[in-house]
Order: sequence, then structure tokens, then C-alpha cells
Amino acid sequence: MNVDVTQLPGIGVRKDFEARSGRRIGVVAHRDGGIDLIVSKHDDLDDCAAQVPLTVDEAAVLANLLGAPQLVEKLKDDHRDLPGITTRQLPIGDESPYSGRALGDTRMRTRTKASIVAVMRAGQIYPSPGPDFVLVAGDLLVVVGTPQGLDEALEILTGG
Amino acid sequence: MESTALALFELGAVLFALGVLGRVAGRFGMSPIPLYLLGGLAFGDGGVLTVKAATEFGHLAGEIGVVLLLLLLGLEYTAPELVSGMRKSWLAGLLDIVLNATPGAVVALLLGWGPTGAITLAGVTYISSSGIAAKVLNDLGRLGNRETPVVLSVLVFEDLAMAIYLPILTTLLAGVGWLAGLRSLALALLVIAIVLVIALRYGRFVSSIVDSKDREVFLLQLLGAALLVAGLASALNVSAAVGAFLLGIAISGSTAQSAAKLLEPLRDLFAAIFFVAFGLNTDPHKIPQVLGWAVLLAVITTLTKIGTGWFAAKRQGIGRLGRARAGAALVARGEFSIVIAGLAVSVGAVPGKLAALASAYVLLMAILGPVAARVVEPVVRSMQRRLAPAVG
Repeated sequence: MNVDVTQLPGIGVRKDFEARSGRRIGVVAHRDGGIDLIVSKHDDLDDCAAQVPLTVDEAAVLANLLGAPQLVEKLKDDHRDLPGITTRQLPIGDESPYSGRALGDTRMRTRTKASIVAVMRAGQIYPSPGPDFVLVAGDLLVVVGTPQGLDEALEILTGG
Repeated sequence: MESTALALFELGAVLFALGVLGRVAGRFGMSPIPLYLLGGLAFGDGGVLTVKAATEFGHLAGEIGVVLLLLLLGLEYTAPELVSGMRKSWLAGLLDIVLNATPGAVVALLLGWGPTGAITLAGVTYISSSGIAAKVLNDLGRLGNRETPVVLSVLVFEDLAMAIYLPILTTLLAGVGWLAGLRSLALALLVIAIVLVIALRYGRFVSSIVDSKDREVFLLQLLGAALLVAGLASALNVSAAVGAFLLGIAISGSTAQSAAKLLEPLRDLFAAIFFVAFGLNTDPHKIPQVLGWAVLLAVITTLTKIGTGWFAAKRQGIGRLGRARAGAALVARGEFSIVIAGLAVSVGAVPGKLAALASAYVLLMAILGPVAARVVEPVVRSMQRRLAPAVG
């Protein structure tokens, strides 16, 4: 896919591409580090229907939301032959006791038999994270296990 | 002691009043510049209230305001941006000069203000306010629009044009004659070329001279360097403002960003004082005499700026609505028109009526610009709707 990069003198850089629906989608990266999500109108491609300023955290969460489902879909596909095994994405919320702690502290595998196969952060995938991997609020964990094990995993991640 | 107390009191009253005016402007989403000008008019000679003791400070502070305005403008741009902006928009930029400088020059000649007055007023009507334009584009959510880079590159061209125009004006105002004038113009062009090369190749070196981890040291070195360069440029008749602008361009990278952040509040303070000082030196009783001309210029140069933006956007393959938006975004005139008029008035080479005309004109355009940017879409849409049945 072709991403157009346009300099905006005095402001920053615009990076956008035309989606199959015909609308332009992208971001304006400001000099001072701020980032705006932009979506063009459908009747006037020159104009924007939305320009939403995002903080760094918000941009990271949005990137995870857009990127994680693909990974989960792919893993579900891989496990299709194993009945009773499923994949889910579990978020580390602001309230999570494991935000800022090592992944090993959750003792996920021992407690639920479910395994954390990847962590999505700021749109990037960290595959097979080790026990030393430090979790941060906003991370999405891709977890594989039985439905019951995954429910328990969600409880551990939100409540401890 | 008495006079110090009075000066402090007056300055405090003026600054506080400006703060209140800024708050009012913010509520209506408009630029505070016209209100600062009105504040200056109200406090000055022949105004509602006369402030005398604070004007001495106001004069120097206003000069510093101009230096900071241009320094921050230079900091916003990197040298590669300027060069590529120049390449992309030179044709639209030239059209911009012809369309928008001519009305000012013609009106000045009609009023009998001579060539110096004509060159001054040409600059006043030519230069758009990049500050107001950038704010309007952001407020209206148009940063991601396709026509926005076009608007910005026209503004870049104008700012570079000003780096050549201001030395010409300074030389003319000094009244040193053709030969000396040409010499100082050649000098200015040479300096600009050298600075651009230095900024392109050795920007990091210039930045490292002023940069410091200590905020206080950084501020003092930055401000000291800016005033030194401005003073040097002024002594060479290149104009203090251009010196500051070029220094701003030469400072690059993360140093430029933290410098801009550090200087922004200072700029706001001193620039506000500059606008008030300009208003203070303008006799409000002269405004009614030139108001008709100001309105005429406002109408003509609104149309010519829209034409400029339309042309520039059309060249980049933007649709009709986008072209109209690009034009309307350029309509606002503000800080730099006052900088130009202020330069001419402070030397005393132009009649006082020019200050009154420039004030009235900028008052109109600083208010009209953001309004034009807002209403242009519905107006063009309704025009298209009215025209559509006739065509189809």
C-alpha cells in the first residue's frame, strides 16, 4: 500500500493513504510530538470529516485495536484443528495490578493453563514474551487457552 | 520615584487590559491582534485615556516584540522546508505579490504618499498573517486537508519574500539614495544566501552554540544572540527583523523546538506590547478620514488573496471547494502588516495617516480573515447549487 508523506511547513508531516472505500485515512504528526487522526469526507476527498487530536497513549491504544484482531484471527485459524482451544485478546487496563510489573509475576500458565503468545504495544507485536517482559497499561495480550482458562486469565489481569 | 511608580502602574493597567481583551477574543475564537490595536488606539494620543510614562518602555519592548515575532517565525521553519516551499510555489508566490501588493501601492500613490509610502502600503496589503492562518486551519480541523500544504507553502514563500522586502524598505526609509540602496540590498541578499547555506549544511553547529541543558542559560544565550544579530542587521540596514528571522532558520532540530517552546510566552508578551505601541502612536482621529480607503482595500485584497489561493490550489489538482478554502485561508492580514507599517512610521518617513490606514486595514482583515475561512464552504456550495440547474 502506498502511504503519501507530505511536509506541512511549520506544523509537521501528514501521512495518509486512500482506503478501498475511497476515503483518505491517515495522521498529522505535529512537530511537538502530538498526533492527529484524520479521515477525509466521502464527497470531498480534499476535505477532512474528522481531525482528532490523540495523546501518545491514545494513539498506541488505537494502533493495538486496529492491529490485534488480525493476529487473533490468524491464531484462531491455526488452532481450528484443536477443539476446545481458543485465542483472545486481553487488555492491561489502567487499574490492572500488573501494569508496570513483569509478565512472570502473573504466573498465568500455572494458574490458568493459558499461555500468553504475544503482546501488542503501540501497534507493534512482541511475539513470545519472556517472564521478564514488563507489562504497561494499554498493552493487549494475545492469550491462547480453554474458554474457562481465558476467563480466569481476564480476572487475573484486571483484579489480581 | 514618583515616575517609576506611575510607569509601573500604567504598564500594569495596560497589560491587564490586554489580558482581558485576549480573553474576550478567545471566547469568540478570533485573533487578539485587532483588540490589542484597539487597546493601543484607546490609550494613545487623542484616545480615551493617555498613557505617557509607559511609552518609553513600550518603544523598546515593541522593538523586542518584532525581533521575537520574526525569530519564532524562523524557528518554525527548517531550511530544507524553505527551499522546497520556494521551488513548489514560486509561480503562485509571484502571482501573490502582483495581485496583493499592487492595490496597496496604487492606493498610496492616489493618496499622494510617494514611492516610499507606496512600497510600505504594498507590503501591508501583500503579506498574509501566517499566525492567524495556522490557527484557523487547526481550529477548523483542516490540517489534514489536501489544500493545506498549498496554503502553507504560499505562506512560506511570503515569509521568505519578506526577508528580501524588509531590507529594501529599510534602505528606502533611511533615504540613502539608489547606489547605497542597491549596495545594502545586495548585502542583504548575500547574507540571506549565506545563512541558508549555513543552515542547510551546518545547522547543528549554530544550534550547539546557543543550546544548553540549563533552561536559564539557554534563554539568556538565545535572547542575547537574537538581539545581537538583530542589532548587527539593523546597523547594516538589513533590518533587525530579518536578522532575527535568519537566526531562527539557522537554529534547527530539537534545539529549535525547545527554543520555540521557551520563547513563546516572551513573544506573546512583547508582541502584544508592540501592537499596543503601534496603536499608541496612531492618531485615532485620522481613522475616519481613511476608513473608506481601508474598506476598499479590504474588499479588493480579500478577492485577490482568494484568487491567489484558488490558482495555487488548482495547480496542485485540488477541487473547487478546496481551492476556495485555500484562498480564504490566506485572507487574514495581521502581525507582519503591522511590523511593516510600524517600521515605516517609527522612522517618520511616511505620513501619520498611513499608520491610521494600516491600523484600520489590519483591524478589518484580522477579523474578516477567520470569518472568510469559516463561511467560504457554505457560500461556494450554495453557489454551486444555484448554478447546477442552469447547467444541467
